[in-house]
Amino acid sequence: MLLKTRKQMDLNESDITDQSIYKERRKFITKSATLTAMSMAPSLAMWPNIGAADINFKNIIKSEFSTKDELTPYDAVSSYNNFYELGLDKGDPKRNAKHLKVKPWSVLVSGECEETGEYDLEDFISPAKLEERIYRLRCVEAWSMVVPWVGVELGPILKKFKPTSKAKFVEFKTILDPDNLPGQSRAVLEWPYREGLRIDEAMHPLTILAVGLYGKELPNQNGAPLRLIVPWKYGFKSIKSIVSINFLEEQPATSWNVAGPREYGFYSNVNPDVDHPRWSQKRERRIGEFLKRETLLFNGYADEVAGLYSGMDLKKNF
Amino acid sequence: MLTNQSGKRYKPVLFVLLLVPLGFLVYRFLVNDLGANPIETINRYTGDWALRILLATLVFSPLIRITHWNNIIQFRRMFGLFAFFYVCVHLTSYIVLDQYFDFSEIIDDVFKRPFITAGFSAFILLIPLAITSTNKMVERLQYRWIQLHRLVYIIAILAVLHFWWMVKVDTREPMIYAIILAILLGFRLIFYIKRKV
Repeated sequence: MLLKTRKQMDLNESDITDQSIYKERRKFITKSATLTAMSMAPSLAMWPNIGAADINFKNIIKSEFSTKDELTPYDAVSSYNNFYELGLDKGDPKRNAKHLKVKPWSVLVSGECEETGEYDLEDFISPAKLEERIYRLRCVEAWSMVVPWVGVELGPILKKFKPTSKAKFVEFKTILDPDNLPGQSRAVLEWPYREGLRIDEAMHPLTILAVGLYGKELPNQNGAPLRLIVPWKYGFKSIKSIVSINFLEEQPATSWNVAGPREYGFYSNVNPDVDHPRWSQKRERRIGEFLKRETLLFNGYADEVAGLYSGMDLKKNF
Repeated sequence: MLTNQSGKRYKPVLFVLLLVPLGFLVYRFLVNDLGANPIETINRYTGDWALRILLATLVFSPLIRITHWNNIIQFRRMFGLFAFFYVCVHLTSYIVLDQYFDFSEIIDDVFKRPFITAGFSAFILLIPLAITSTNKMVERLQYRWIQLHRLVYIIAILAVLHFWWMVKVDTREPMIYAIILAILLGFRLIFYIKRKV
């Protein structure tokens, strides 16, 4: 059992960031800040300036939650995407990646929490130690990948905003920018894209906010600059390019569930025994492999997350 | 002026032309240009071309009605057989590449997934049309041949449904095929009504 338990709800900087790492990163930030010199307003950010292309994150911590499965090549991860804001074809998001403006970026935190407000991306993630989380990603379309994400656990970040006792769910929204995002000119889904988690799912240590993959900043087509990763759920739950986090008492409406309530449930936990009405979920094609492999309950993370759903009928709450 | 005699010269050209889509797919395979999910690409591509060529067979009769280019009819059979050929390639790619002969999964698909039921039915219905495509069969069956080959209308509708029911939310592409099919069938309805009046 890999579950870590945290006794302390409130975290301060020293809990999160190891001193040596903190110093190392400071050095790195100073260096990159010098490099970009006068081009940007001075910032107290812990985060390397977004937009300085291809920054390789330093001091990424390996995680015990990482899978040992073989990685899907970077090219495949960054060229085979479902990101309808950038087009409906799998190759469209990469082709149209430039239409997503990721700078500047801020996240609006609202709802049932004490520290509501609009946070710059830099302040939002930092200070936190970046981890590499190598996760399986299982798409509802029955293909899968293995991706080395760079990110931080969502739970401690959410706690910084001091959710109230009424906060039972967390709702996320993707950027709404129909002037620039070609896919948002058509109402194939309700824009902005919305997703949601139960608060305990959001606080689970497997749930992360990713800012990079393969040690680099997220390519736009993969949901830059900030996206959710919930590895035991179908990929569409892992919402991309997040601009809003909203604590709610009631279960929020989510885009795919609204588009097809019979086909895409709120939970959408990976489950080989619950078929999509139009195709089987028993097996999946791992990108790069010829033969399909068996799909695992909760995408292979049952030991860690099954407890979240004890007593629930997973066929009803699909 | 196209005659049956001169048309014979064009048939090999047409034959090669109708192989071009498959050739392009093979080329993309060889230069490793099938994307991150080559099996999906092959499936979609062969399905697209099967549907396009199938709809092309339905263009002949209204076109002849309107233009009186009666001799182009000699090319229709080749389109029909190539439609069947691409359907076979499409089905093979599904059975071999996608499912790798997992027949329990395939049978499940055929009976439980409406879009595969539609596609598979279209394939089954195409078989008798392909078998009866020879001159001998046309002669032997006579009027019944015409009746039998009207199955192509049902096949075309099933093929469009097969595509439509497969897509997740973006129905634009199958919609285009549905509109083309509706126009092609609409012509026949108009001609039928005119004949009655």
